[in-house]
Amino acid sequence: MTTPATGASADVAVPEELQNNVWITNIAKLLDPAYNWARKNSVWPMVFGLACCAIEMICTASSRYDLARFGMEVFRATPRQSDLMIVSGTVTKKMVPTIVRLYNQMPEPRYVMAMGACASGGGPFKEGYTVVDGIDKFLPVDVYVPGCPPTPQALINGLIALQEKIDQQSLATVPWYRKDDPTAGMVEIPVLGPDLVDVRQIDIIKAEAKKAAQLAEVETAVTEPEAAS
Amino acid sequence: MEATLEASPAGDSPAIVADPVVDAIDRLKEKFPEAVTDDPREGYNGLMVNASQLPAVARTLKDELGFDYLSSLTGVDQIEDGKLEAVYHTYSIEKGGGSVTLHVQVDRDNPVIPSLMPIWPGADFQEREAFDMYGIHFEGHPDLRRILTWDGFNGHPLRKDWQEPFYEDAQKPFGSRWPEGNAVHRAEENNPYGKNVQYPAGWVPTGEEYDVETDMYSILKGNDGHTVDRATHMKTDKLTVNIGPQHPSTHGVFRMVVTLDGETILDLKPVMGYLHRNHEKIGERNTFLGNIPYTDRLDYLSSMGNNHGYVLAIEDLMDLDVPERAEWIRILTVELTRICNHLWALGFLLNDLGALQTPMLYFYIERELILDFFETLSGARMMCNYMRFGGVAYDLPDDVRGQPTMAFLNELVNERLPAALDQADRLMTYNEIVRARSIGVGFLSRQDAIAYSMAGPILRASGVNYDVRRAEPYSYYDQLDFDVPVFYNGDIYDRYRVRIEEMKQSIRIIKQVLPHLEATKGAPIISGKPQYAIRMPRPGEAYGRVENPKGELGYYVTTKRRSSNPERYHVRATSFINLTALGKMCIGHKIADVVAILGSIDIVLGEVDR
Ligand code: SF4
Repeated sequence: MTTPATGASADVAVPEELQNNVWITNIAKLLDPAYNWARKNSVWPMVFGLACCAIEMICTASSRYDLARFGMEVFRATPRQSDLMIVSGTVTKKMVPTIVRLYNQMPEPRYVMAMGACASGGGPFKEGYTVVDGIDKFLPVDVYVPGCPPTPQALINGLIALQEKIDQQSLATVPWYRKDDPTAGMVEIPVLGPDLVDVRQIDIIKAEAKKAAQLAEVETAVTEPEAAS
Repeated sequence: MEATLEASPAGDSPAIVADPVVDAIDRLKEKFPEAVTDDPREGYNGLMVNASQLPAVARTLKDELGFDYLSSLTGVDQIEDGKLEAVYHTYSIEKGGGSVTLHVQVDRDNPVIPSLMPIWPGADFQEREAFDMYGIHFEGHPDLRRILTWDGFNGHPLRKDWQEPFYEDAQKPFGSRWPEGNAVHRAEENNPYGKNVQYPAGWVPTGEEYDVETDMYSILKGNDGHTVDRATHMKTDKLTVNIGPQHPSTHGVFRMVVTLDGETILDLKPVMGYLHRNHEKIGERNTFLGNIPYTDRLDYLSSMGNNHGYVLAIEDLMDLDVPERAEWIRILTVELTRICNHLWALGFLLNDLGALQTPMLYFYIERELILDFFETLSGARMMCNYMRFGGVAYDLPDDVRGQPTMAFLNELVNERLPAALDQADRLMTYNEIVRARSIGVGFLSRQDAIAYSMAGPILRASGVNYDVRRAEPYSYYDQLDFDVPVFYNGDIYDRYRVRIEEMKQSIRIIKQVLPHLEATKGAPIISGKPQYAIRMPRPGEAYGRVENPKGELGYYVTTKRRSSNPERYHVRATSFINLTALGKMCIGHKIADVVAILGSIDIVLGEVDR
């Protein structure tokens, strides 16, 4: 018997034949692994396909690649029941208000995965006039999966990366049990005007408009005397 | 004259009956000497039509000359002449053959063209698209709203003088992003908002511009009314329901707005543009070759077929010949794509009918085999980027999944695929629930199918025997022995059966192609050296069309001499136009049928919205 100072495990002598089966720890150390173990093996993605990448996502869920091995085959059709939003394809300006709304409707803990080049940064269509250059302009992304489209193997690799991320979280620090701010983690929904308006940027838009107005004034001031003379 | 006689094969020497297209063009010019003239531009072979006479010309074309199928309608910006142009491609269902192409030019400042909706209801969405992209006003169109962008969007993006926020240069290839070796400049950094947006000069948000959908709701039939039941005097309100854009059964980001009386559909309006990725604007800046990978992403379930249509259009412009082996490989890949696509479509259709997942998983087993073949062939499962102008990119691989390629293909078409189709037949075709849900639902008559410019399995399920592979054969399809399956009831069930039969015909075609592949082993697969920078030898227009799994896919390309980029690059997207009749098919049915009807059209949003 050693002194019971550091951990509970020191108190009890585990017979040798049971050492593989019995794990003695204290409750604080047990909670996080148990909590994370359960969560990471039942990540339920949302049924949410945007573009070509969604086809590979469906293939990943089908029998050949078998997402069920990771406890992720339960695709939910409603954001209220899902933990993971796989942004599988090109995000357009017309669609992004809906995506942000869906994200806000997901209960915490929630994760976002940017699947493919488009969702990560605009991809082949980045220069397009109605394409959002990456969902991370609006939502916090946890895992990026490169590819156009990523193969099912790549997507599974991304999902395993997400599991590792979940594994590192601790109940003591996770943001979603905070009581002080009920809207924490909500993203303001962008709106469609003459172009997509990110409402968080209203101040910049107004400042730019002012700058443009001043510029126009200067120009007319320059051209008017010429026209008069 | 002699030279032409020698050059043309015996079958169509000018001595034999006049080509219906030439005939129709002559008669139009005769009947409208003022309004119809030959297109004077080099490389254009259509007709120039005066805008005011367009409806009369179109009616003659349709009713008297038999060109009853409006395949494609699009706008073009002729900025140098100060004109906007609309281009119409019409075909004859009965006679087959080429198109009578009409060009209508109007002033850029006041672009008004009469709508062809009364003659071809299939012009509906295409006119809306041309309005959205070019600002051409189609007079008489009942519902001329933006379709791919949203109400309130600033400007008409496909006009040549309209620039997007991340505009870099007029044409690709762009200059180096690393001019001094290390100065990487990203587009976001040059934009004051750090993202892909721009606002009209001096625009200040007021909050009012965000109400963007009033027009759509106001045009829905029965939106604000109510009915009173005679017997009970009960007042029932009509209900407007939005389905999508995020819905498990809309096959992507598609949205329908329906008004309901109880569960019965009174009116349905498709809303699209949630995946509008600006293919055409990007394509007009790309080099010709650079567009091929973009075509993959149109109908992303059948990338080989998309490639094929585009290379046909460009080969037409370049007068390129394709070596024999390349043609056989093309047919092989395209027909495999058709099988792939139909397997997917039927899996999803049955999913929508309530056979959740199981048939889908059955169908995907064979689809994965084909994808494995594509992966060894081209390097990618879905986005193959495989065809090139004058050939294909790579020869067949030595082996696939550890089996010699030919053995693999033989096994696939002789054993695996027929067995899978038989199984599908056994399990599904005579299944009572499938029949109950699909027979008589989503009916579209023969006349409507033609008038609404339907294509592919939908057209053929309504009793129209039209398949581009037969009507205007391309590649080697005229040498192949296959049937065009036609069914006559025009409902979901027949669309299902057309697809099953088409897969069987594709297997039949591939069986005929395989011996040719054996025989041409080692022969060249591309004519000349592969070229990366193509300069177009002649100016003009070309319309390349193929029978894609979903129906006729067309590419309209115009170019200048020695140009390395298309001037206009338009895609006649099958799924987009097939949706025109969705409202018609759904009205009167129950809301649960909408999902099944949509599944039977088989849309892919990449192609609908482009
Ligand atoms: S990354 Fe590629 S495959 Fe995925 S949505 Fe974008 S274009 Fe399609």
